[in-house]
Amino acid sequence: MNIKKNIALSDTGFVFNPSNGDSFSTNPIGMEIIKMLKEGKSTDEIKSHVVKNYMTDDTTFERDLYDFVNMLTKMNLVETDEKKKD
Amino acid sequence: MKRKRINIAVTGLNAIDSPGPGIPVIRALRESKEFDVRIIGLSYETLEPGIYMHDLVDKTYQIPFPSAGTQSLLTRLGYIHSVENIDIIIPNFDAELFNFIKLEETLKKDFGIKMFLPTENQFESRHKANLEEFGKKHKVKVPHSRMIFSVNEIPSLKNEFSYPLVVKGKFYDASVAYTPEQVATYFNKISAKWGLPIIIQQFVYGSEVNVTALGDGKGNTIGAVPMRKQYITDKGKAWAGISLDDKKLIDTTRKIIKSTKWRGGLELEMIKTAEGEYYLLEINPRFPAWVYLAVGCGQNHPEALVKLAMNGKQVKPFKKYDIGKMFIRYSYDLIVGLKEFEKISTLGEL
Repeated sequence: MNIKKNIALSDTGFVFNPSNGDSFSTNPIGMEIIKMLKEGKSTDEIKSHVVKNYMTDDTTFERDLYDFVNMLTKMNLVETDEKKKD
Repeated sequence: MKRKRINIAVTGLNAIDSPGPGIPVIRALRESKEFDVRIIGLSYETLEPGIYMHDLVDKTYQIPFPSAGTQSLLTRLGYIHSVENIDIIIPNFDAELFNFIKLEETLKKDFGIKMFLPTENQFESRHKANLEEFGKKHKVKVPHSRMIFSVNEIPSLKNEFSYPLVVKGKFYDASVAYTPEQVATYFNKISAKWGLPIIIQQFVYGSEVNVTALGDGKGNTIGAVPMRKQYITDKGKAWAGISLDDKKLIDTTRKIIKSTKWRGGLELEMIKTAEGEYYLLEINPRFPAWVYLAVGCGQNHPEALVKLAMNGKQVKPFKKYDIGKMFIRYSYDLIVGLKEFEKISTLGEL
């Protein structure tokens, strides 16, 4: 799953898609996940980072991440023409 | 660097809810690094706000409506020139362009006034009624469209179009109709204002993206900035917009300018579908009212147009622009003394 390369993410969690002008605000954990996705981290790497640092478990986080990624896809922030990495 | 002093006459001073491009064009010219401009406003109505914006417009003259024809426009411009010594005219209304295009050579020859307008052929070929043909010729996707001249033609539209469809005036106005009854309502409303024909265009779902651009008349794109409307008024006008990073849109603009050898400012109105396809809805043969966003993004298109008009020599194309710059319009109440209104109403100048 790749976040589009040109997506801009600010330190305050403001996400800007320069291709279509859409902008969104995300909370700190959303920002952290998008950052990791931008860095090319795999789902497993993200999961292990979040489970280690926050009070959650594998199953809950997997479900939440699935929902979050679905939302990013709907918001047109995810590459669709490239082969998925993970 | 000492700036060259020039007198530029500009139309489109109607900075209203459906704004003309005059005021943003003037703001762009005021910010020119090469020209120190004196702005002569050319107005049609006495309540065009630009007439009273004295920090932007030095002097305004009323000019005859386009329906009065080229001769009365020429006579009036001749008088204005005798007082103001105009160097350049930048017309900004679709409806007046035909007359100015017709007068371009005469104004240059008789008064030394320069313009940088599309040719009559370019102006006509991108006309709403001819757009489908234009698309075929220049290999750009255009939604199917057809001209109608009477409400009697409305029932048969269902054989050619699927609802919703767009009902357009020949110069301005467009409404989306979901039923034949709505088509009839918009037909009457728009034709009463802008005359016939009415253009029926297939509605395409997607997000509206626009480009403001400038062609040098030799096929080169001097500048192009794409924008997505973020806030749209009930008249379909952008109240806020943001510059985009859209290579495909820029490439399409370059392709159209190259293929048509477009001369002057233009605005492309396009729809980007969910599948990433672009459909050309309209080509406006002049700068849009949001052209000042291009200046904010680092491309002063009106200044570049003046350079092209002044010497006709090569103007270097802009290579980049800022992405993610926004414009937001606002309304503002000018306080005007009755004397000023009286002057423009009775003497035709202020």
